[in-house]
Amino acid sequence: MEEMKDVILEYVIEEYLEDEDEEITYDTPLISGGIVDSFSMVSLKRFLEAKYKISIPDEKASPEAFDSVNKITELVKEFVG
Amino acid sequence: MSHIGSYEERIKNFDWSISEKELGYKDGDVLNIGWYCSDRICEMGKADKLALIWEGLGGVEKKYTFDEVRINSNKIGAFLRSLGIKKEDRVCLFMDKIPELYIGFLGVLKIGAIAQPLFSAFGDESLHVRLDNAETTAIITQRKHVGKVRKLIEKSPYLKHVIIVDHDGKKPLKERELTFDMETYKEPKDFEILPTKAESSSVLHYTSGTTGQPKGVKHVHYSLISQYLTTKWVLDLQEDDIYWCTADPGWVTGTSYGIIGPWSMGITQCVLDTGFSASSWYNFIQKHKITMWYSAPTAIRSLMKAGDDVIKEYDLSSLRHLASVGEPLNAEAVIWSGKVFGHEFLDTYWQTETGSMMLTNFPGMKIKPGSMGKPFPGITATILDSKTFEPITEIGKIGLIGFKPGWPAMMRTYWNNEVTYKSKFKNGWYLPGDRSTIDKDGYFWFVGRDDDVINTGGHLVSPFEVESALLEHEAIAESAVVAKPDEVNMEVVKAFVTLNTGYKIDDMLELNIMNFIRKKLSPLAMPQEIEYVKSLPKTRSGKIMRRLLHAKEWGEDIGDTSGLDDDE
Repeated sequence: MEEMKDVILEYVIEEYLEDEDEEITYDTPLISGGIVDSFSMVSLKRFLEAKYKISIPDEKASPEAFDSVNKITELVKEFVG
Repeated sequence: MSHIGSYEERIKNFDWSISEKELGYKDGDVLNIGWYCSDRICEMGKADKLALIWEGLGGVEKKYTFDEVRINSNKIGAFLRSLGIKKEDRVCLFMDKIPELYIGFLGVLKIGAIAQPLFSAFGDESLHVRLDNAETTAIITQRKHVGKVRKLIEKSPYLKHVIIVDHDGKKPLKERELTFDMETYKEPKDFEILPTKAESSSVLHYTSGTTGQPKGVKHVHYSLISQYLTTKWVLDLQEDDIYWCTADPGWVTGTSYGIIGPWSMGITQCVLDTGFSASSWYNFIQKHKITMWYSAPTAIRSLMKAGDDVIKEYDLSSLRHLASVGEPLNAEAVIWSGKVFGHEFLDTYWQTETGSMMLTNFPGMKIKPGSMGKPFPGITATILDSKTFEPITEIGKIGLIGFKPGWPAMMRTYWNNEVTYKSKFKNGWYLPGDRSTIDKDGYFWFVGRDDDVINTGGHLVSPFEVESALLEHEAIAESAVVAKPDEVNMEVVKAFVTLNTGYKIDDMLELNIMNFIRKKLSPLAMPQEIEYVKSLPKTRSGKIMRRLLHAKEWGEDIGDTSGLDDDE
């Protein structure tokens, strides 16, 4: 569980964080905080699906469900066998 | 009573001098948008009225009166002048929706320089192409975006100054970089606004076309005449309104109606500089008691998708008037907004080149959900035959939208591209590139684009630009990009690619390509879907037939394929 959270956090920092000095945590708002926009959310969803070999239905991939690393982790857990 | 009153009466008695008189402008006078949006409002006795209520992440707030907007825009103007920036120099504003963007826009105009706002989510390649075309002298940006500027600085010799508005001193500045702090910079004494005239250049907004690089749409200070009156009559702003335009000033709505329109009327406006979520938007409306809300169909459809229950958690009774822009607003969204907010979103149609609203639904007018409405008074609009460019008189027949040139906010040219500018006019009409019908009551109904440009979330994306960037990816041999239908964004980018030898299709490759485009161009341009094909359909002369791929995506008839060389 911790490992999954860290993997996702690291990916978000690597791919979406523009300000090198900005620090984000597991609870930092990603979508409502403007770090990941609605278009980029598609690539984040694709990463999760590829990394964890899952398929997240579009109706589950809401801005609210993607709004923090903790929330994303909860969502991914639903689909990981 | 709305400002416009009777639409029919306004049409009969219309002249743009109505706007000029209200603004106290006479032909030949000095005309500077920066002055009109701050100093003039102060001189009218509204110096202490709030001009801007800004909210950032975590609910952090900043407020500025019109006098503070006046002083701070003078500061920015004085600072730019101290660097030697002068009339007609291009100054790029590359920031999130922070106060420095809104106030800096006026500061640039006050010294007669040309404001070049660019969407801060642009990647370094998108940024470079636009700076290169304009030969921009200075860029005002934030620490978080300076990394993108550093990537292009070596190949941008014209870019003399990189101004960072939030430098914290933790890391050293690099070549050509300097800092500006709006709050602590000393107020300049005897700051003189450059006495620009009606036809002096003001704003350079970039827009995408089917082919070639993005075009710089040049506007002049006289655009104010259209922007002021359309704001007054369509957005119907009243003295005590609290206005919220959700558009980013990196795009034309964010400057025409997110800065110039409301501030030239002395109206208080709110800005929310965070990402989208239904609850945060509703909370913002409730907290600031927003009365007039100008938004976009993509946002409205996203709110619909979030459901009606979340609306019940907030008091949105302050809302009295709603309008929409960016792409056609579907009838369902109009009806839904009437049901849940008690007010329908009124659709408005215009584009970067027109500078101000052209076809709109007006307060008090009978709304036909899904229609773009009728021409703004003073605008002559028609539907043209696509071959003869003669007006079509037959009701309901599809044709190209045409406008008679001559309204104040019309673009004056494309920067360094007079040939393309002239190509937009046919038989005495300006063609915005959209197809429409007109019904028996004179309402316009959007049909679609007349070219391959992709309208995603209200923003235009050039398929050519994305295809070119895709070819720079090591795995891709050929590419074709088309619009794909999308429930929320109307259209999204879809790419068809062939791979170079040695590359295999897998999920990580797709993700890699998506991220490559997202960072290089922008999240808007990132293909939401990539389809791998053995070959792309081409004409015998080798040109990719994008039309066939588009038809396939939209379930349309593929039409004449006699020129097709390879149908795989």
